[in-house]
Amino acid sequence: MRMKIEKRLTVPKYSSILVPILSVAVALFLMGIILLIFFFGREGNLSIAFRETLEAYKEMLTWPFANKYGIFSTLMRMVPLAFVGLGLSFAYRMKIWNIGGEGQLYMGALAATWGALYLFKDVTSPVLMILLISILGAAAGGIWALIPALMKAFAKTDEIVVTLMLNYVAIFWVDYLVYGPWKDPKGYGFPGTAPFPDQARLATLFNGEFHIGFFIAVALAILLYYVYKRTRWGMNSKIVGDNAQAARYSGISIIKYTIIALVVSGAIAGLGGAVQMMGIQHRLQHGFSPGYGYTAIIVAWLAKLNPIAILLVAFLFGGLLVGNDQLQMFYKLPMALISVFQGLVLFSLLGGEAIARYRLRVSREEAVTNE
Amino acid sequence: MNNIESFILSTLSATVRAGTPLLFAVLGTIFTERSGVMNLGLEGFMLIGAIGGFVASYQTSSLLAAILVAMLAGAILGLVHAFFTVTLRVNQIVSGLAITMLGTGLSGLWGKDYIGVIAKRFEPIKIPVLSEIPYIGQILFSHDLLVYISFILVPLMWLFIYKTRPGLTLRAVGESPDAADAKGINVFAVRYFYTILGGSITAIGGAYLSLAYNSMWIENMTAGRGWIAIALVLFATWDPAKALIGAYLFGGITALGLRLQAVGAHISPDFLKMLPYLLTIAVLFFTSTDTLKRKVGAPASLGVPYSREERT
Amino acid sequence: MAELPVLEMRNITKAFPGILANDSISLDLRKGEVHALLGENGAGKTTLMNILFGIYKPDKGDILMEGQRISISSPHNALKYGIGMVQQHFTVVPSFTVAENVVLGLKEMGFFVKTKTVESSIKKLGESYDLPVNPRARVWTLSVGEKQRIEILKLLYTGAKIIILDEPTAVLTPQETEVLFKAIRKLVSEGSSVIFISHKLDEVLQISDRVTVLRGGRFVGTEEIGSIDRRSLVRMMVGRDVLLDFDKPKTEPGKIVLEVEKLTVKNDKNLEAVRDLSLNIRSGEILGIAGVAGNGQRELAEAIYGLRKPIRGTVRLNDKKLGSSDIAQRIEEGVAFIPQDRRALATCPSLSITENMFMKNAHSNYIPQSPFNVNIRAMQKATEELVRSYSISTPSTKTPSRFLSGGNLQKLVLARELSTKPCLIIAEHPTRGLDIGAMEFVYRTLLAHKERGAAVLLLAGELYEIFRLSDRVAVIYEGEIMGYTPPDPKFTEEIGFMMAGSRQGEIA
Repeated sequence: MRMKIEKRLTVPKYSSILVPILSVAVALFLMGIILLIFFFGREGNLSIAFRETLEAYKEMLTWPFANKYGIFSTLMRMVPLAFVGLGLSFAYRMKIWNIGGEGQLYMGALAATWGALYLFKDVTSPVLMILLISILGAAAGGIWALIPALMKAFAKTDEIVVTLMLNYVAIFWVDYLVYGPWKDPKGYGFPGTAPFPDQARLATLFNGEFHIGFFIAVALAILLYYVYKRTRWGMNSKIVGDNAQAARYSGISIIKYTIIALVVSGAIAGLGGAVQMMGIQHRLQHGFSPGYGYTAIIVAWLAKLNPIAILLVAFLFGGLLVGNDQLQMFYKLPMALISVFQGLVLFSLLGGEAIARYRLRVSREEAVTNE
Repeated sequence: MNNIESFILSTLSATVRAGTPLLFAVLGTIFTERSGVMNLGLEGFMLIGAIGGFVASYQTSSLLAAILVAMLAGAILGLVHAFFTVTLRVNQIVSGLAITMLGTGLSGLWGKDYIGVIAKRFEPIKIPVLSEIPYIGQILFSHDLLVYISFILVPLMWLFIYKTRPGLTLRAVGESPDAADAKGINVFAVRYFYTILGGSITAIGGAYLSLAYNSMWIENMTAGRGWIAIALVLFATWDPAKALIGAYLFGGITALGLRLQAVGAHISPDFLKMLPYLLTIAVLFFTSTDTLKRKVGAPASLGVPYSREERT
Repeated sequence: MAELPVLEMRNITKAFPGILANDSISLDLRKGEVHALLGENGAGKTTLMNILFGIYKPDKGDILMEGQRISISSPHNALKYGIGMVQQHFTVVPSFTVAENVVLGLKEMGFFVKTKTVESSIKKLGESYDLPVNPRARVWTLSVGEKQRIEILKLLYTGAKIIILDEPTAVLTPQETEVLFKAIRKLVSEGSSVIFISHKLDEVLQISDRVTVLRGGRFVGTEEIGSIDRRSLVRMMVGRDVLLDFDKPKTEPGKIVLEVEKLTVKNDKNLEAVRDLSLNIRSGEILGIAGVAGNGQRELAEAIYGLRKPIRGTVRLNDKKLGSSDIAQRIEEGVAFIPQDRRALATCPSLSITENMFMKNAHSNYIPQSPFNVNIRAMQKATEELVRSYSISTPSTKTPSRFLSGGNLQKLVLARELSTKPCLIIAEHPTRGLDIGAMEFVYRTLLAHKERGAAVLLLAGELYEIFRLSDRVAVIYEGEIMGYTPPDPKFTEEIGFMMAGSRQGEIA
């Protein structure tokens, strides 16, 4: 009898669902250990720390899903995560690493504010207003992504750092506007613009706890699912992502596809920013996004770029963000905790996928036969 | 007029200080990437070095301990990155992103109770004689110990990489791991070593921020410097001498921006804050067009996991 | 004379997932002999030698050196035992100098690199073995033959006494091969032993003292060269008498399909790889281009297909000028390309057989589709039919293409490229890495399409293949056509001279 660790020929189907789920579980477990250390460092007593860790866990995992207020908060957090996650999936399919979701989100919000408060301020029909603002937001996100797109398509500049740098630029631009020319004169020094007019706000349900941006996200996910599975773009972008050389060889224009991938990716994220403004924020403020653009990267990865799965994972992470807020309020835990969690999830995912490639073979002394 | 003279002098002097964290980060990453391992997690390394060093300085009042702890923190994070990229052979871009998140988060967690606290810092040391030289003395020789260490590190690394046998080994592993393996070099061990070493040097860059430049701990205090350093590694084409130029170029932009603001120039502070990031984009663009033309390359195996059995 | 063999491999067995590469193989090597290891592609020769060189560990079996059992854990370890291997893909660092490559990894050198001493000792060593080299040259500038000499020198520098050469002549001209053989004979006369891996019968008969034949991972036999003939060797290699020649269908060439006029193309190093080249091919005709690898064949093929933009010149298909980078146009007009590197260029490893089969469908429109509905079901059905008619061995059409063997992958590429009945087929080393069965399939398929009226541009290194398939033979050297000959083996010497740079007409 011999035991051998050998590489698998094919990775079984179930592992593509099992691995992400296990990764989240492992990450939660590891985070528990880190919390334990943190509480111990603060309280100095192991059993108190243990108790506090368990309480924190309970709070974080149940509150966002167990009561009405929690669920609505979760759903509302899910919306921007879903938008950016869907947008990122459009580029990630082609192995184009758009890390600029956060900046594209901000630019969409910026453009939406411009539309609502200045450009379209005389529009009275809510339907028209929302439509115009959405287009403006998407366009802003798309243009923001056009910069790295052109650089990559024509100069082969790597998109990772460029898109990331633009995040910082976008955030500073919003700061400039919000503390400067767009500052609400009636705002009592609060760093934000004037509130959106009524016609620029999305309709809400359930007493204002829930805006219809959620349905836009769901519709978008379904649309993208179809696009990926059945359209020419879906098939060709898959080819580009797997082997760009082979794509060229097949007559696919890498330049065209690269630009479209990044621009559409940014546009969807920008739309998310606009929806966030119209649905919940109703004004542009400093730091309105607690890193949605970065969390969305994890969401897209965990969901393996599948649009429907992105909705589910966005829901899960929306809950985690809400839970994190609770922890911050009641246990004075820093916001940084969610970053730790995200890092742990990514590592668990990477580790899990690596392990799934291998298997343990217990064999008797027979060799494998030739095919 | 003396005003302009002192403005320029103080800006140039600040350039050196502002460029130092970048310099450490770029030098460390040059080591890592020359062995073929891509490192995108610089923000994480710098932040963990910053908090590690700060906490150690606060707890022990020993700057030596502070630097050692910072390096240790960077080394541990480097070990994690090496494990995932070299042993598990995962996508190095994703691993780098994960390190960033983990390093950022852990540093925020660890540093929660150290916000607003004062710890022992690196004070400037004027080098006798050299610091008396007009102009140059103020710009180069009136800084703290870490700056002087970075000065020495550049030529040391240059000599090591290009003129020694271990440097030859390092370059071979990055350029052609097949060839190195065939010569009996343990590619995995080399990559582990330089990823860990590179990580600890990068962490010193972060420690510089908390122990000298800002002399305090603020969450996310690197403000994207780690990403800028990545661009600078490309700009420097993995060469320590060019790293110096790049780091001080960016240091200069930052220093200039701060000084213009202080002098009350009518430029929006937000725009000045944008400058380093915009410049990074420009640098990346021009480096890649240059690369296209001259085909000056990255270490050929950068980002590609190595496997002996899969090569034939 | 009974003498202990200097090296012995006994009952070596090695398995990989899904494949038994070496099944209880035994081999012995005498001192001062050239021992050939002969077999088709996939017979297990390279695996066996990789075990000897420490890249793999055998699952079962022993290795003995001068009667003593040894265990080789790595290439470095193998070198300590005096065993060195020159692989098909050179393991040199291209950006380093010759001296740096030789010195790499040698601990005796100390901390600082003493360049001058190393350079002079390398020069001396090279001269003593008839392997002249310039120690200060950067390896990427050297020719393939020179790179190979460096590989051998690297081994000799560390004192290797057993040298394994893996298909060394695949990249050499006939003349360079002679230089190599001379060096091998010198090596052996100085007491070294050489293992020569090959699938080329004639070379094996020419250079070796004994030959061991492998087939399908198993040991078939070891023979003295004096006591065996070509036919028996083939039978040992393939297990049956292979009809090595069959009739070439005779077709009357029709009108000109491909016209290349004064084409100049640069390679990746920005040097001219194709110079002012003109040629034409008619429908129903196969033009075979012979030449040593690296003389512009790839650049020519890529330029004709549109993957590489030429500096000057035109490419015309059926009298219509083709846009210099318009691959989509070419696919629509019926140009097929079977490239040498099928895994890197012609297939997507993680995508399914079906997706690979219809990779170009957006332009070829073999299965009519609209941008909004790709018609997957029809593609699936068509793929199943093509898999059947081309005998592609795969568990299902959903299997990712990276799991196909070389032969089956090539069949996939052929099925895709040829099912649209193209008017021009560019075939670049179409049988590289295939076993004899797959090779015959490729030949039959190409000849069938020629009969249908396609024009075929064949770029190959093996003269044997060129003679088998072509109606005309052209020889390329440094981007120019040196001359044309009929596809007859009696022109081999003339072709050899042209491959090395003489123009037709200059040859005495």
